[in-house]
Amino acid sequence: MHIVVCIKQVPDSAQIRVHPVTNTIMRQGVPAIINPYDLFAIEAALALKDQFGGKVTVLTMGPPQAEPALKKALSFGCDEAVLVTDKLFAGADTLATSYVLASAIKTLHQETPVDLVFTGKQTIDGDTAQVGPGIAKRLELELLTYVSRIVSVDQAANSIRVERRAEGGVQVLETRLPALITMLEGSNEIRFGSAPDMFRAARAEVRVWDRNAAGIEDIKKVGLKGSPTIVSRVFVPSPRAQKAQQIEFDAANPEAATQALLDKVLVEIPKVKKQLDQTRDNKRASRTAGERHE
Amino acid sequence: MSEAKTDKPIKKRKIKLDEELLAYRGVWVFVESERSHVHPVSWELMGQGRRLADQLGVELCGVVMGAPGPDLEAQCQAAFAYGADRCYRIASPVLAEYRNVPFTRALTDLVNAHKPEILLLGATTLGRDLAGSVATTLKTGLTADCTELAIDPEDRCLLSTRPTFGGSLLCTIVTLNYRPQMATVRHRVMPMPDPQPERTGLIVDFEAGLIETDIVTKVLEFIPDDQRDKPQLPYAEIVVSGGKGLGKAENFKHVWDLAKVLGGEVGASRAAIHAGWISADRQVGQTGKTVRPALYIAAGISGAIQHRVGMEGADCIIAINNDPNAPIFDFAHYAIVGDCNQVLPALGRTFAGYLAHQGS
Amino acid sequence: MTQNIEKFDVIVVGAGPAGNAAAYTLAKAGKKVLQLERGEYPGSKNVQGAILYADALEKIIPDFRDSAPLERTVIEQRMWVMEDESYVGTTFRSDRFNQMPGNRYTIIRARFDKWFSEQVQKAGALVICEMTVIALLRDAAGKVIGVEVDREDGKIYADTVILADGVNSLVASRAGLRDDIKPAAVALAVKETIFLPKETVEARFNLKGSEGVVIEMLGSISQGMAGTAFLYTNKDSISLGIGCMLSDMKAQNTTPAELLEKLKQHPSVAPLIAGGETREYAAHLIPEGGYHALPELYGEGWLLVGDSAGFVNAVHREGSNLAMTSGRLAAETLLELGEKGLPSTAANLARYKARLEDSIVLKDLKKYRNIPDTLHSQRQFLSDYPALLNGAAHEFFTVDGQDKATKEKAIFNAFRERRSLLGLLGDAYRLWRATR
Repeated sequence: MHIVVCIKQVPDSAQIRVHPVTNTIMRQGVPAIINPYDLFAIEAALALKDQFGGKVTVLTMGPPQAEPALKKALSFGCDEAVLVTDKLFAGADTLATSYVLASAIKTLHQETPVDLVFTGKQTIDGDTAQVGPGIAKRLELELLTYVSRIVSVDQAANSIRVERRAEGGVQVLETRLPALITMLEGSNEIRFGSAPDMFRAARAEVRVWDRNAAGIEDIKKVGLKGSPTIVSRVFVPSPRAQKAQQIEFDAANPEAATQALLDKVLVEIPKVKKQLDQTRDNKRASRTAGERHE
Repeated sequence: MSEAKTDKPIKKRKIKLDEELLAYRGVWVFVESERSHVHPVSWELMGQGRRLADQLGVELCGVVMGAPGPDLEAQCQAAFAYGADRCYRIASPVLAEYRNVPFTRALTDLVNAHKPEILLLGATTLGRDLAGSVATTLKTGLTADCTELAIDPEDRCLLSTRPTFGGSLLCTIVTLNYRPQMATVRHRVMPMPDPQPERTGLIVDFEAGLIETDIVTKVLEFIPDDQRDKPQLPYAEIVVSGGKGLGKAENFKHVWDLAKVLGGEVGASRAAIHAGWISADRQVGQTGKTVRPALYIAAGISGAIQHRVGMEGADCIIAINNDPNAPIFDFAHYAIVGDCNQVLPALGRTFAGYLAHQGS
Repeated sequence: MTQNIEKFDVIVVGAGPAGNAAAYTLAKAGKKVLQLERGEYPGSKNVQGAILYADALEKIIPDFRDSAPLERTVIEQRMWVMEDESYVGTTFRSDRFNQMPGNRYTIIRARFDKWFSEQVQKAGALVICEMTVIALLRDAAGKVIGVEVDREDGKIYADTVILADGVNSLVASRAGLRDDIKPAAVALAVKETIFLPKETVEARFNLKGSEGVVIEMLGSISQGMAGTAFLYTNKDSISLGIGCMLSDMKAQNTTPAELLEKLKQHPSVAPLIAGGETREYAAHLIPEGGYHALPELYGEGWLLVGDSAGFVNAVHREGSNLAMTSGRLAAETLLELGEKGLPSTAANLARYKARLEDSIVLKDLKKYRNIPDTLHSQRQFLSDYPALLNGAAHEFFTVDGQDKATKEKAIFNAFRERRSLLGLLGDAYRLWRATR
């Protein structure tokens, strides 16, 4: 079984700051990590390899600096790593990104036929959840998003059964391979690679592909040029026109402040008064019901 | 985009739509239903879509898909009540349950046939699955999880605003030379419009020509969620939320106590979740739940954008924070600068007093 | 499965300056080197002010200036003796420091360590992160023959193991090669990196180009505890930190964060960092026990280098240079043994100690061997004198109609009141003894 896992190296968003003086994003010094959602995809792929054998190829599109993310994936036990990198890819939105990744998967498929493609459900820097579906459509793979569990794979029948998180419940779906699966968080836990895996990863060569090696046919479809969306403005949200009304607070007499606040709110925001009256009615009703019960 | 300069347009965009794309007109909202239940985000989008359509001077259309039957008719009528002028109805047994391929095919064909300039979907698991597939098939732009939608009066472009960089900034995204312009919006981000039952509209049936045997993926089973223990945070009318400013895990009890007095739900900031003070399903914010209560009380929450986009739709925001410069005071309605662990119990007593004595 | 992966000439545990110096020197000479780091990346566990002493690195990588990420060349050194509202200071600034090659540089360790590790890997060492050594492997005779790591199939063999895993050196402690560190022998230092526009840094410190300033501070800021503080200028940030003996902080029930907060509010410091944004906060233990606290430095098949050996000169705030030098000397010792075909027995590794004795590492530590004790038992150096000095300066520089002779007398009396004449003389002697 040949499984391809698409990952992305992202800045650890918890550590991104906006410079107070220059108002620029300070990515400097922010550690780069594998998109946390992708770890669930890697583990799901490795678990299938444990069960059925074969190999797991990890794939990313990004700058040359993304190589450590791939090395890390190798240290978990992935077999091969491909970095697709080209100056022309800069500024890609999800449509252009899915074109590049789909082209690379097609190229990998020619080397060794691909049975399954995994991605995380979304990235933590873009949060779009669009690249997975995009790749599936371009390669005409069956698409299974938000998968919380892989129930079974039947290699003879070339089919897979999964549980998928839907609105209000879980769908149990069956489809045929090849398919693309986006894994839901919490569906598994990434393994702790063995010492030999770590050694292999440290020495492994990441395959670096430019647009030609990746099999890109139409350079008008990559990077900024291939992106239908553009960012027209990045900004810090403006404060409300009116600053919050300050309620003086004195620790010695806290109720003075809270009473003043309540009096103001009741007058100024009728909807809150209405809601509080509703709360009172609800409480009374449940109390009466309780009494009756007794 | 490693050094995005903020608050400056990156470049003035030039729209040059192809001849055939100029024909794209109208605002569409995909009416999401699963097992006969319309997701409320669809009606929120309908309210938003109405505004956009009026601004553009075009029709607002609903797209209703599912198995043939009275449900679809009812959904069309509801769509009219929430603001739609027209509904495209695709009825097929193949669409009885959501599956990516038939829904993508039907919606794509409908777009190609009737050419809307804007297509909005809810940012649900279904909506994101479908939107990503449709946008790729149509080779057009899609902006996920928007918090604000507007029309540029100059060039009729849809301005989709969403948080970026892990929720520390906002960015506005436009789809240049492609149509339709697609966007998804999360549940509770837009206000729910009041339905007008007397409104009517035109139902247009569309034959998608779907054949079950063409569809490879089968739904074997649907296991509904057990709703009993889940917090009803998105729908709560009163929410009391706590953040890192509470100091320690034990102090979260003040939040629970006040919520109990008010008959409200408990929420939390991402920092409080990460600190392990409360379970992750209580998170309010971009990566958690979006709430639109009448009253939102934020205790010890600094008010990063990540949190703000999840609660700024509240009618009344009361913020309590030690730090007078906390960003939350920029968008709260009422501010108390003080120690939450003193203010929360005092608020509890004051509200309890009000609830006990007033009214009859 | 108990397969062993392969055998190396040397395993270096830790990717700080000491470990990097050792691994680089050995790999460059063609040895088969494995370097293990428990952190997520080389340098992820490292904290330092940070000043780079060119001399130590130059002896390892002579042309480091061509590629190393250096922040600023130190051309000015200030010494501040502080009271709550004032300081008495000395400044040495010389344009001669601008004449290359530089002698001291400010650096940002995250960037520097990344660079240093890249050099190690280019030299041919195999560097593996997120791998923690949990035990040393020994043969029947007790000689160290490799390490065991925290992962499946994790036994790795080598002729020699160099322990460069820092102040806590868990490996050495666990293996019984040295005692756990004592609170009285270790300082806890905290620092913040405060970002300001480059132009602001240059204007506030009167700098141009890549010039930099170092301010060393002592006095009331450490609240009577044995400790000092520092401020270093980087390109577009300021490193501000303070360190005190762990035992003192325990006794006074104070936290380093509180000390640093107070330091930031000191009227002499606050304007220098005003408007900056703290983007990094780090805490680190520093072994300051000095010469008397040094553990065994070598044994059968193993060597200790850097912080794990306690090579820190607390008086001059030097550690990384001693770490690099000891790492290099350890490597050179092994290279010498290799050339002569000698095994890594304790008897042969004694040459490492001899090399240390002959170098800045042990020479300096020996010179200051009594300083830690002096500062511990004689608190007047850290509390009374700063107060008196500042009082004296205030008296002397306040023009209020009083003649200078009277002022001098008042100052002298103030010293006398706090400390007897004998005490003053004794202090001078003690300080002289301690640094002799």
